[in-house]
Amino acid sequence: MTALSRREWLLSDQPKSRRQARLGQVYRTWLAFRSNWLAMVGLAIVLILILVAVLADVIAPFDPVIGGDLRTERFLPPLSEGHLFGTDDLARDIFSRIVHGSRLTLMVVVLVAVIATPIGLLVGTTSGYFGGWTDTVLMRVTDIFLAFPRLILALAFVAALGPGIENAIIAIAITSWPPYARLARAETLTIRDSDYISAARLQGASSARILWYHITPLCLSSVIIRVTLDMAGIILTAAGLGFLGLGAQPPQPEWGAMIASGRRFLIDQWWVATVPGIAIFIVSLGFNLLGDGLRDVLDPKARK
Amino acid sequence: MSNSTDGGGRGSALPHVLVKAAKLLATVALTFLGLLVVTFLIGRVVPVDPVLAVIGDRAPKSVYDRVFVELGLDKPLYEQFWIYLQKVLTGDFGESFLTKRAIVEDIARVFPATLELATVAILIGTTLGIPMGVWAAVRQGRLADQVVRVLGLVGYSAPIFWLGLLGLLVFYARLNWVAGPGRVDIAYEYAITPRTGLLLIDSAMQGQWEAFRNVFSHIILPASLLGYFSMAYISRMTRSFMLNELAQEYIITARVKGVPEWRIIWVHALRNAAVPLVTVVALSYANLLEGSVLTETVFAWPGLGQYLTNSLQNSDMNAVLGGTLLIGAIFVGLNLLSDLLYSLLDPRVRRQA
Repeated sequence: MTALSRREWLLSDQPKSRRQARLGQVYRTWLAFRSNWLAMVGLAIVLILILVAVLADVIAPFDPVIGGDLRTERFLPPLSEGHLFGTDDLARDIFSRIVHGSRLTLMVVVLVAVIATPIGLLVGTTSGYFGGWTDTVLMRVTDIFLAFPRLILALAFVAALGPGIENAIIAIAITSWPPYARLARAETLTIRDSDYISAARLQGASSARILWYHITPLCLSSVIIRVTLDMAGIILTAAGLGFLGLGAQPPQPEWGAMIASGRRFLIDQWWVATVPGIAIFIVSLGFNLLGDGLRDVLDPKARK
Repeated sequence: MSNSTDGGGRGSALPHVLVKAAKLLATVALTFLGLLVVTFLIGRVVPVDPVLAVIGDRAPKSVYDRVFVELGLDKPLYEQFWIYLQKVLTGDFGESFLTKRAIVEDIARVFPATLELATVAILIGTTLGIPMGVWAAVRQGRLADQVVRVLGLVGYSAPIFWLGLLGLLVFYARLNWVAGPGRVDIAYEYAITPRTGLLLIDSAMQGQWEAFRNVFSHIILPASLLGYFSMAYISRMTRSFMLNELAQEYIITARVKGVPEWRIIWVHALRNAAVPLVTVVALSYANLLEGSVLTETVFAWPGLGQYLTNSLQNSDMNAVLGGTLLIGAIFVGLNLLSDLLYSLLDPRVRRQA
């Protein structure tokens, strides 16, 4: 198939198969997304993050944890020979640490999304579908979790679980699901009385089956948009925990923890704390732009 | 709760209000109870043995057993919770292992610093954020709109503690425009007699203008920083509320009548957009408490946030849980306040009530 005919096949008004219709839909969404250059910048940043994280061992010229010669290679300023971003107090190459730190950032984002999204979906759809007391109880619990500022609750959980990046991830996930539950519940309420749900019920489908096969897929897109929009916040919270010494522990090259250790040399060796901050900023900006773009394309309510 | 709903259905106007208030109170009470359960459970799963935290790890077994019973740890969990609930309701959050003072006392000592910081920040955020949001809405899609959008995006994406460090580096270390970390220079620390605990107000009331200037130059950087983050949120919300209002028919009517454009924007539209904005401002005030944890660490600001992180790093669980609970309670309170203001300001909601 040539490129033109593939495009025509995708944009066809009369798709011949379900697959063609679905792919066509995806293609149209992509076209709309592509026309938003800010969203494309966001996508590019996120893709670069993933690429850097995967290829960290190849990209990073030095070891992220073991430093160079402490007598001659400490606090080399940025753009020194061989050290693009300079070196820190232990003569470690900051560029290599940033590159390896991308793995930790990506891990936090992915794991929090993987843990919090299903919890939110489960609580929200169950609550919306069954209504009544189930709804009241589940939504009360959700409200209670929403009543704490996120970082504060995460702090309290980390205090209980002990510092470390795994516990930080668990704590952030525990504090992230309530908005997704709210959203999934709202979506469920709009579809639970539809005819196709009644039809499924009449055919003898169990509640679990209806929830999983007929309701959850429809809640998915709005929840995914929300998760993408939240990712910047997740990164910032993780970095904040790292900065307070409660997330990733030294010598792990986590960006927030790197800022915390560079803080001591802020006045004279400004780059040690500044460079990791730029990395956090760019990555969370990327997720924000991507999330905004996805919302514009996928959320019919936001479209004007 | 279901009883009160039934009663409201049949009642006249006055009971309606009462029922609504009762429902609201019940909701708040339940949420607060939930907060307590969460902090209680966090306190239970903590790996630090509360007995060892009191007596140290060298005490003999007999002392350990006695303290174990004294702390009520031998009782079933629900009974422990009941005791915890009673204590909290009488304002007893226990004693800090670190300062050996009652948590309530500690918090009362550090809270004014956070309150002052957050208040100056919200003033900055609101006075800048609302006009910027209005401006962006009026010039939708033009340069002004883009500028406000970019400023907002930076606010959503930059780590606050990093911006704080950069601010210190540039404005304190290099340019020397503002004072450094801390709330006030030691030289002035005892010049101000604490009345309200808010140093700006205390020093101004006592006519200590030099001290006032010093306090101001300490607070302006962290407050501007926090204010910037609430500005990002407030301007974004103002923009969307204003766009919503400017598309309404009453605006067209006003234009047809020949009302000057500035009046349409700042009086007609903004007045209606102001109602949901109250909620936004209340929410960002609450969010400032969260931002203050990181900001206070950077600026060595002796407030609740720093108290919380200090206690955390020393595993002082009573202090952590007390602080968390207080912040949660303030959060709930501000939410409630914004709900009440909303129904007070919006005649449509008022009539429904």
